[in-house]
Amino acid sequence: MSEAAAGVRPQALRALDLGRRIISTPTVGPLLALVLTMAFFTLKSDRFLHAQNLSLVLQQVMVVGVLAIGETLVILTAGIDLSCGTVMAFGQIVMTKLAIDSGVDPLPAIALGMLACVAFGFLNGGLVAGLRLPAFIVTLGTLNIAFALTHVYSKDLTYPPGSSGASSLPSQMLFFGRTFSIGGGDWTYGVVLMFALYGAMWFVLSQTAWGRHVYAVGDDREAARLTGIKTSRVLLSVYVVAGLMYGIAALLFVSRTELGDPNAGQSTENLDAITAVVLGGTSLFGGRGTVIGTLIGAIIVGVFRNGLTLIGVDAVYQYLVTGVLVIVAVAVDQLTHRRRL
Amino acid sequence: MSEREPLLQARGLVKRYGHVVALAGADFELYPGEILAVIGDNGAGKSTLTKTLSGALQPDEGEMRLAGEPVHFRSPRDARRAGIETVYQDLAVAPSLDIAANIFLGREQRRRGPLGFLLRMMDKGAMRREATRHFAELRIGVASITQPVETLSGGQRQGVAVARAAAWGSRLVIMDEPTAALGVKETRQVLDLILQVRERGLPVILISHDMPHVFEVADRIHIMRLGRRVAVVTPKTHTMPQAVAIMTGATPAELEQAMTTEEPA
Repeated sequence: MSEAAAGVRPQALRALDLGRRIISTPTVGPLLALVLTMAFFTLKSDRFLHAQNLSLVLQQVMVVGVLAIGETLVILTAGIDLSCGTVMAFGQIVMTKLAIDSGVDPLPAIALGMLACVAFGFLNGGLVAGLRLPAFIVTLGTLNIAFALTHVYSKDLTYPPGSSGASSLPSQMLFFGRTFSIGGGDWTYGVVLMFALYGAMWFVLSQTAWGRHVYAVGDDREAARLTGIKTSRVLLSVYVVAGLMYGIAALLFVSRTELGDPNAGQSTENLDAITAVVLGGTSLFGGRGTVIGTLIGAIIVGVFRNGLTLIGVDAVYQYLVTGVLVIVAVAVDQLTHRRRL
Repeated sequence: MSEREPLLQARGLVKRYGHVVALAGADFELYPGEILAVIGDNGAGKSTLTKTLSGALQPDEGEMRLAGEPVHFRSPRDARRAGIETVYQDLAVAPSLDIAANIFLGREQRRRGPLGFLLRMMDKGAMRREATRHFAELRIGVASITQPVETLSGGQRQGVAVARAAAWGSRLVIMDEPTAALGVKETRQVLDLILQVRERGLPVILISHDMPHVFEVADRIHIMRLGRRVAVVTPKTHTMPQAVAIMTGATPAELEQAMTTEEPA
């Protein structure tokens, strides 16, 4: 038995090792996965590769994409934020209800909605950094708190009430849903904003001291503290910035759906954001990853959802596929982590 | 200032934890340009003493002077500001960041002009050049200053920590069991580094319980017992068994007292 195993194992290991090496190179793995996914759906559906459809993918990706920027920051510090979707839902209910029910001017209403998300970030960060509670439990708690607040505050109504028809939301809230045409596709300003935010966060993480400290804290919090970094402050700021991202995602959600919806962000957005981060090559162990990888990861998730719909797969199976995707990505992360140890 | 004036001096340090007395009136002197080893049995107070000197603990009684001036460190940050850097045994580095980033961790340099002022952009080039210079000075060989620290051996990682301490410690460097986590060959590298640091004129406080290493690199050996300094010996005047005898209390106290007057040559 052992002889047969010895004959097979080295080759298998070598193949596995090569696979790992490619995958562990930042953004190469995710990019390859994206190309393969797109190739698959191009073969399966002749509508997939049209500019019209690709611009639709990006429109569908934009909310999750911006949520995933905040989620990347948190995961880089070896944390996790399960509350991102429901916090966003709370933010969009706050901004739409204030504007429609309370007659608050659009811009202050938007600002207050975002502030609500920032406040949740502050709460998460304060509990994780200050009281040193595990991020998983803290954000599981705030997920439910935000969920409850959303339903209490909205009284389970959408804003504006009723469903379809011309939206009575102020135009400022719909700006990022507006489209312009390039090359046969309809691109929204929200998609442009998403790319701009990715560019800005890439700069902050790779070119500023704060970005470096985020990585250092995620790598080894105690070692970072010993070198003189104020680790609690870095952690708190990460959760606050993540909250701001969820607030921006809330505005993008409203602009896209033209609705404040209490049932938003409960299932797909939460898991999709985390899936995007992990697919993008950011390690759940912290200290490793890039936002560019996350952008690719978010597009992979979007391509899967869009492509499966195109080839007529039932929506329920999309959950199944995303579930499998996130587990595969985490498994790859685990294997490369073990190799490093 | 004469050579005989201590750079760092402590008198009558007392630290209590409830009924336990960790430091019972400990004295301490470090002279310019020397490697002073601190040895002692477990519970003798060497770790409490080091933490007090590095600012991690505040003594209940006693005073400390740095270059003759009274100092009170409320945190390691205070000590660091005064030019005292500490190297820890457990490799306090950020593995995923590169060597240059680790040397400048927490002390990043910003670019000049609006890029640095408005956008807070780091000057990576300048930091790499500086880090390369520090490595050359200490004769640490690495393939590239932009290598992630996780690709280095344990000895090289501790080399990064030592280089960081030497780069920023303007007064002295404390090394708390710097080789405890390392293998034989890697320990050798770190010991050589400690000598290099002294060569550059920085005095070193080396806390270790490895007698052969202590006797190899130290100029003087400060021996702790029961929360006090019981003797200061040198590798020239004492053998290892003698030092151990003092450390464990096997040698009577009268002899020890005579030895505490010993000063560096």
